Amino acid sequence: MNKQLYSTLIFELSRHGRRGHSLPGYGTAKKFVLPEKFARKDTPALPEVEEPAVVRHYTNSSTNNFGVDTGFYPLGSCTMKYNPKINEAAVRLSGISDLHPATPDACAQGALEIYRRLQELLSEMGGMSEFSLNPYAGAHGELTGLMVVRTYHASRGEGAVRRKVIVPDSAHGTNPASAAIAGYDVVECRSLPDGTVDVEDLRSKLGPDVAAVMMTNPNTVGMFEKNIPAIAEAVHACGALMYYDGANLNALLGVARPGDMGFDVMHINLHKTFSTPHGGGGPGAGPIGVRKGLERFLPMPRVVRGDDGMLRVLDDSTETPFERTELDPLGRVSSWLGNYAVFVKALAYILSMGKDIEQVGPLACLNANYILNSLKEMYELPIPGPCKHEMVFDGLRDKSTGCTTMNVAKRLLDMGFHAPTIYFPLLFHESLMIEPTETESRETLDVFINAMRAIAREAAEDPETLKNAPLHTPVRHPDENEAALHPKVTYQSLAADEV
Amino acid sequence: MIKYLPTHEYIRVEGNEGYIGISPFAAKELGVVTYVDMPEEGDEVVAGEEFGAIESRKAASDLFSPVSGEVIEVNSALEDDPTLVNADPMKNWIIKVSISDPAELDALMNEAAYEASIK
Amino acid sequence: MHPYLPHTPEDIKAMLERCGASSIEDLFADVPEQLRLKGGYRLDAPMPEAEINRYFRSLGRKNADLACFAGYGFYSHYCPAAVEAIASRSEFYTAYTPYQPEISQGTLQYIFEYQSMIASLTGMDVANASMYDGATATAEAMMMAVAAGKKRRRVLVSATLLPAVSQVLATYAEGPGIILETVNEHEGATDREALHAQLGAGDVAAVILATPNRYGILEDLEGLADEVHAAKALLIINTHASTLGVLRSQGEWGADIACGEAQSLGLPLNYGGPGLGYLACTHNLMRKMPGRIVGATTDADGQRVFVLTLQAREQHIRRHKATSNICSNQGLMTLQAAVYLSLLGPEGLREVNETSASIAHDLVERLCATGRFRMRYPEREWLNECLLETAEGLSAQTVLDACLKRGILAGKVTGENEILVCATEICTPDDVRNYIEAVEAL
Repeated sequence: MNKQLYSTLIFELSRHGRRGHSLPGYGTAKKFVLPEKFARKDTPALPEVEEPAVVRHYTNSSTNNFGVDTGFYPLGSCTMKYNPKINEAAVRLSGISDLHPATPDACAQGALEIYRRLQELLSEMGGMSEFSLNPYAGAHGELTGLMVVRTYHASRGEGAVRRKVIVPDSAHGTNPASAAIAGYDVVECRSLPDGTVDVEDLRSKLGPDVAAVMMTNPNTVGMFEKNIPAIAEAVHACGALMYYDGANLNALLGVARPGDMGFDVMHINLHKTFSTPHGGGGPGAGPIGVRKGLERFLPMPRVVRGDDGMLRVLDDSTETPFERTELDPLGRVSSWLGNYAVFVKALAYILSMGKDIEQVGPLACLNANYILNSLKEMYELPIPGPCKHEMVFDGLRDKSTGCTTMNVAKRLLDMGFHAPTIYFPLLFHESLMIEPTETESRETLDVFINAMRAIAREAAEDPETLKNAPLHTPVRHPDENEAALHPKVTYQSLAADEV
Repeated sequence: MIKYLPTHEYIRVEGNEGYIGISPFAAKELGVVTYVDMPEEGDEVVAGEEFGAIESRKAASDLFSPVSGEVIEVNSALEDDPTLVNADPMKNWIIKVSISDPAELDALMNEAAYEASIK
Repeated sequence: MHPYLPHTPEDIKAMLERCGASSIEDLFADVPEQLRLKGGYRLDAPMPEAEINRYFRSLGRKNADLACFAGYGFYSHYCPAAVEAIASRSEFYTAYTPYQPEISQGTLQYIFEYQSMIASLTGMDVANASMYDGATATAEAMMMAVAAGKKRRRVLVSATLLPAVSQVLATYAEGPGIILETVNEHEGATDREALHAQLGAGDVAAVILATPNRYGILEDLEGLADEVHAAKALLIINTHASTLGVLRSQGEWGADIACGEAQSLGLPLNYGGPGLGYLACTHNLMRKMPGRIVGATTDADGQRVFVLTLQAREQHIRRHKATSNICSNQGLMTLQAAVYLSLLGPEGLREVNETSASIAHDLVERLCATGRFRMRYPEREWLNECLLETAEGLSAQTVLDACLKRGILAGKVTGENEILVCATEICTPDDVRNYIEAVEAL
């Protein structure tokens, strides 16, 4: 990564009259003139820049970024594994991406085949009966999954009484947020000191008013919920469904399947477990799977194979969706069939891994335990290992130095690493959550471990330096209070301010 | 007279009017306050129900009203500088209300009880 | 050994030793036997790259290469080569959400630029970078308006929204108990009288309209904002982003929230995804806006830098009290849109619209001249997409099929006798001639 900050904004390169494009378009006999009433009055404040300057601007800007290709990215719970280049190449092959979504099915069999094949592969690895690939992201998958739950209960006449969704207190914030937006009351259930769900507490909250229990397994502290068979039994006994948040599925590739654990509905983050790039925050994809018997509750549209072998887009969406009753099928959650380009990448990955994908979970866990055992002398390990794909430390072991998890994270940036996830999960004050993934070599882990140990030694020997970290990044200590107090979120407001 | 809710809002009562804000303890816990979401003058507030929210970089908390009544003034100074809440939470109240049912005050904690609750 | 997996047997042995385990199996001792995967997945051997290429190439051949006259929310515009070149930089695409601003200025800066461009195009004060597509962006706008409207639950939705958008609104509205009501259409545009009456009934949190609408028609929204605001409701206008290069912006119509699909800003068609939703609003709604927002500030050395800001509203802090569960930003697509808009500038975007509209009007005139079509709403103004009615005895499907045989996607069939036809700047005179000839041959 470049140590020099490149901070020019594209607007500052703009000079009136410059252009960066050569557009097609043949001359027509008549030139269309927009009636005054519909024409915009102002000229949009877009930059006017020549192509070389645009390319140089964004290239320079990219050198102030850090990606998986730049270095080790141990961001817990985000599964920052290597993004294979064949994934990107596959999308760019002729005939793959240049396809309009309104193309008739007969002319889009390749695209539908990609959708269908990925559906089948995810069903196999999730232990589910059927998948919908439509949801755009993990959080969107959660929301859609809970809508499936709602539609299922409504079909049994229990929509009005099953008002609660139980979520462990260690859950990611999207779980309660998705449940609330799906219209449910959120009930938290406690974790035991070993980080797993307190089964007794959970049982006490179950009843005829519960719609679903949302769980991640391994959970957010990297522990396998070994009581899952008993939990599933109790949840099913009260008529509720088990929802599996696939955020941590990477740990279980080749080890166990959510469907076999008693989960009824699940989502998968293709951008985590199946190696599609995170793209600076998107595009993701959050396909949802259901067990046998729940297929008809999946959202529209769907891809089905006809008796003639043709793949078709099935769309029962109604023209009058506002008159939908709770007994009708779940409608749409997306404009079309989800993030297709992401499916291409995930499918390329699964094909390239083939049977070797069964090594992913075991090697990811080996890497995590290697780090855990190498750092537990110097960092506080509230939950003893072995862990699964990730572990959570509660800051430095020696708390007398006053050095915090934030200091450790920022010092790692100086040393050429991305920081782990910090201050999450909320179970500990100084959470430091590390997920190495299976694509990192022992040498990389050793360099990281040595850096973490050096930081711990620095905390004891020179705590003031550590507290001042980062020291060598292109940007240091941005004033985040100022950013929130006086939000300047456009160039226009920035420019107005500087005048 | 100053009374408190367990959710850290105080009400300073003057006649049949009350000034509602958050306690110094709550202000300290929040850290630098970056925004206060306030109702409008004339809005009704209900005892125990939300009337707004307060945000810092690390938290966003709903604000609950200790009493029922009508908002007769909002502290507009907080729109320009929400950190006034940190500077002096007791002086920099958030809303001023007319108290419609003084009996509701009896259910609130007094200063000693509140101080004991945050120990 | 697999090319993505670096562990040699010696590595594994040494690492297990550090872990005090004798086998990897030991690390899974806590997974009950009955839950274990038995016999592995039904998967094939790893596929070499050459074979993967061959596989996807063969799938690509099963997708027809068509001259595209379909729109319906997704538009086939020319995208300069530089857009993909930039978006292919792995410093950008292999990064995640910019949690660490010290090493994420690249991402933060382009999101800030994107926000600025969207705010300006829509004529609004602020924009976020977090919406999946145009339909979900409209749903988020609806939820935001309801949250801002305190106890008001009714939302009035024009019948002229794209059906997919209305369907997503309906799906999202159910959980929070939002009451959606259709505002009927009159001659292809929102019936203003009906809307007026529905507003009068009170309790309305928001009114949602689209322009251009599902028929490509430009809606005249003069005076609407005043009417909506008088009823203490918020006005939400959905517009597909590229058209804002020439059309009166949502801000100029007086909207409170602007939303829609921004795929038309330099994103490939990708069979419908990823698209890019956009959401922009007035300053006083900023803190109700879902998703990630980037703001400018200064660092310890006095440099102007960018950070994620206003995060307290978000799900990871608010949890079940959050107004949205969105936790991503649409990074890579916002980068593509920002680079596209940087290359086009205001003139380029105007040119795209004027050329597209000129070709579309020329096409429609010539299609109607064949006697096999007439415009469904001839009195209405439109830009580059228009609803046509087939002549008696001719079904829209017949037209579509005949054109497909000549490598033309004639439009989106929206009814027995209706086809929505669209043109963009990439349509060539040959494409148009082929289209006309296919129709004449019917």
